[in-house]
Amino acid sequence: MPPAAPRSGDAIFASVERVNAELFTLTYGAIVRQLLTDLEEVEEVNKQLDQMGYNIGIRLIDEFLAKSNVSRCVDFKETAEMIAKVGFKMFLGVTASVMNWDADGTCCSIVLEDNPLVDFVELPDTCQGLYYCNILSGVIRGALEMVAMKTEVTWIRDMLRGDDAYELQVKLLKQVPEEYPYKDDE
Amino acid sequence: MDTNDSLRVASLWHSMHAISQQLSPTTGCSGIELLEADTFDLHCFQSLTGTKFFVVCEPGTQHMEALLKVVYELYTDYVLKNPFYEMEMPIRCELFDINLTQAVQKDRVALLGR
Repeated sequence: MPPAAPRSGDAIFASVERVNAELFTLTYGAIVRQLLTDLEEVEEVNKQLDQMGYNIGIRLIDEFLAKSNVSRCVDFKETAEMIAKVGFKMFLGVTASVMNWDADGTCCSIVLEDNPLVDFVELPDTCQGLYYCNILSGVIRGALEMVAMKTEVTWIRDMLRGDDAYELQVKLLKQVPEEYPYKDDE
Repeated sequence: MDTNDSLRVASLWHSMHAISQQLSPTTGCSGIELLEADTFDLHCFQSLTGTKFFVVCEPGTQHMEALLKVVYELYTDYVLKNPFYEMEMPIRCELFDINLTQAVQKDRVALLGR
């Protein structure tokens, strides 16, 4: 049986059940507010959001692979394109683009045109160090770790902090292919 | 077969699958996809995350790859989206079991219908 062709982000987004965007924004906002109340330190909240994102990412990756039918990416450039074009479209309904590749193709930026998490949000002065959308960096890091890539994902530009766009930097630290137990006999 | 036996058999399969990748004379082998024995066939699907799904069926059964794909989708839905399921642990999700049985039944009916 010939393998099924990979599906586009739009096609998958159209085929899954969707939820009210405002409910989503409100739910996420409630999570961030509760974390701020419980943890008080903005840095701690950033870390928790990243951890939550990581826990989502490790599960989300299989959903992504099952629905999108993609085959193994040849290199990190293809991986980044997949995340931006299929991943973000499929899960958040937003288009993202990849830019600013470095010389050895291990570091790039993903720029989001739109961000449903931050609709109606303004950061107060007391939360200036907060990366409101830090859950997204955790999701990408978790998802890529399950497909054998150790990455570092950081926010370069954040509109809630006064920049003009949402830009994530994704840096490939190393490929970690699965180790098999029978090789450990040294 | 109880849980411990299943775990033992599954871990044997995991090792054989890994060894087969090393044994392959060609590069880029992704492991055993089909094992044909006298009394059964074993079809195996490995996702890009390394999780393997295998089905044991009567020799010559068709369309097992499609069934495995369906099972993969059921796994991503009823297992991974269950917040109380711990990753890498044995699956004890009732919804998964129910839907899995339904999928296999549907497949069986479709096969007998031909």
